[in-house]
Amino acid sequence: MGTKTNPVGETLAVAAGGALAPVGTPAAGVVPVVKRIVPAGRWFAWNLKELLDYRELLYFLVWREIKVRYKQTLIGAGWAVLQPVATMVVFSLFFGRLAKIPSGGLPYPLFFYAALLPWTYFAGALTGATGSVVENQRVITKVYFPRVLLPLSAVFSGLVDFGIAFVLLIGMGFYYRVTPGPWLAFVPLFLLLAMLTALGAGLWLAALNALYRDVRYVVPFLVQFWLFASPVAYPSSLVPARWRAVYGLNPMAGVIDGFRWAVTGQNPPSVALLVASGGAVVAMVVAGVWYFRRMEATVADVV
Amino acid sequence: MSAAAISVAGLGKRFRLGERERYVALRDVLARAAKAAFRRRSGGNGNGRAHIWALREVSFDVREGETIGIIGRNGAGKSTLLKILAGITLPTEGWAEVRGRVGSLLEVGTGFHPELTGRENIYFSGSILGMKRREIDRKFDEIAAFSGVETFLDTPLKHYSSGMQLRLAFSVAAHLEPEVLLVDEVLAVGDLEFQRKCLGKMEEVTRGGRTVLFVSHNMGAVRRICTRGVWLESGAVRLAGSAGECVDAYTASVEAAAEAGTGVFELTARSDRIGDGRVKMTQARMIGSSGAPQSSFEFCEPIRIEFDLEPWEYVRACFLGFTIVAADGTHLVSSSHTDSAEVLELTPGGRRTLVCQFDENTLKPGIYSLQAAVLDVATWEFSDWIHSIGQFAIETGSGRFGRQPDARPGYLQPLLHWHWD
Repeated sequence: MGTKTNPVGETLAVAAGGALAPVGTPAAGVVPVVKRIVPAGRWFAWNLKELLDYRELLYFLVWREIKVRYKQTLIGAGWAVLQPVATMVVFSLFFGRLAKIPSGGLPYPLFFYAALLPWTYFAGALTGATGSVVENQRVITKVYFPRVLLPLSAVFSGLVDFGIAFVLLIGMGFYYRVTPGPWLAFVPLFLLLAMLTALGAGLWLAALNALYRDVRYVVPFLVQFWLFASPVAYPSSLVPARWRAVYGLNPMAGVIDGFRWAVTGQNPPSVALLVASGGAVVAMVVAGVWYFRRMEATVADVV
Repeated sequence: MSAAAISVAGLGKRFRLGERERYVALRDVLARAAKAAFRRRSGGNGNGRAHIWALREVSFDVREGETIGIIGRNGAGKSTLLKILAGITLPTEGWAEVRGRVGSLLEVGTGFHPELTGRENIYFSGSILGMKRREIDRKFDEIAAFSGVETFLDTPLKHYSSGMQLRLAFSVAAHLEPEVLLVDEVLAVGDLEFQRKCLGKMEEVTRGGRTVLFVSHNMGAVRRICTRGVWLESGAVRLAGSAGECVDAYTASVEAAAEAGTGVFELTARSDRIGDGRVKMTQARMIGSSGAPQSSFEFCEPIRIEFDLEPWEYVRACFLGFTIVAADGTHLVSSSHTDSAEVLELTPGGRRTLVCQFDENTLKPGIYSLQAAVLDVATWEFSDWIHSIGQFAIETGSGRFGRQPDARPGYLQPLLHWHWD
């Protein structure tokens, strides 16, 4: 009964026993967390400390997504290998053998697979991020957490499949006697670039999808067009040099050229293209964060 | 003097009408824009987007360690208030301040995933409700034991019965230890024993010195658990005071409303429901001996209760059940349509009406509320469940139905058959 207060305001526990500390006194040194809830302004910053506090939930979201992804499938994570390999076979046959698309001195299967890897990751992460808010609408309307964790978790959970498929890429390198060199150290950098691209675009699409479900029908087309706008099946050297920088505004062009170079050591990407891609990624992420943040305030009301 | 754990000042939340519809498609926006343009030309109110205030000018304080009950009718703004305090949605005006770690329980089983095992769900749900991983590690055995489903911890949740899911979910929720706990009573779903367990746990929590904000329709529970109350009506604070005061005043107003009610309960637009929505109750009517809907009946007057059902999908077999709940939250009478009519097979577009004749109405005078649910016969999953469809009153009356109630204790006064042996 130590918690009731009488009308005068002193705690009854103190009056009765004296030994019990008043409930309202915080323990020494503990600063109570005060959360102030106010209407949304036009622009309100993300509370980075809060994001950090929620890193465990991010971990659990990623963990859940990975756990659920291949439940009740026969070959499980084998899909992470089977899908890109099947695509590689088809593309190598049609684009490499029949259409004879140049592959910058590399065997076409290796040339293509080295680009398909970051591309598959990107396409999956983008699609996952787009649906993430809507798929979790039940949770969103019942409990608070920074909503950005949802698209973020989609971006992180794709890395597992990427890792599995990457092992195969190394194997292919040995098979074609294209041994990796010190450039391999750049792989994480280009992977990070791919993650940021998926996040930047995914934030926009996730927010839009919460408002207009049309988005989920648009995304498959977007991914397909984006694929042809990226040097996956063809080398970016096919693009005239003076258009290279413009072409690089598609950040995936930078990612794929860079990644292919990092794993094979051949055809270093053009600097103009890389700079354009880097700038475009930064712009996309900033815009994505801005738009998502705006939507975040009302998402539980409209989703 | 305890500090304020929750302060709310001038809080308001405005919704655009129609904003809470299931989702917007782009074509709706286009259609709306076209309509708006047309309206402007015809000289109507150009920016005439209707708004409603779900909350307006709400202010109150909750001191540390207090348990405050938020009561009020459906649509009074209780859930909106809870969602704002939990941080799920932001207010339109005013502010609120919450001191300490907040935990919110707005539904049972937040974050549960059917493909994950019981063990995995404990971790995920615990985490999303705000527990740290080490905290879950530490409490895991306790949570598993409390749920009573320990032997199925490595089975995917989809193979659990809904009762088992509920127990597991509640067990996770019961082991949250935030400094400020926000609870919606919808938590108390399920069978009576389970509800009792929930309320028991709630009482335990409040004795632990935590600050609790409890939204409820169950006046008995509010009176028992809460120290103070806030009665919301149409988004504003109608009364703030001791829990007893608020419950009494609110009950009196409900009684007055039930007596003045029409006996027709529109359910289509109600949002305080749960279930998969395959079948929805669209309207309920209570009809007395006059043959017209009414909300106030005499003691022993036969009552006909009608439910309109609208299926949205093909449903092979479902059943409807209702419960009459007394003002203190006690469940008095439950009935299922399968007691005396056959199971329903429903096809979309085929609206059906179920009629229940309640002749032996021996409810003593008072205010009762009607609760109803449509469930799947095979799985016992809710298709639609409305916690409080509406209130009705039983009055002493003229005795024209043969009998008069008296002051004996009890909720029901049936005529039992006695004889000397």
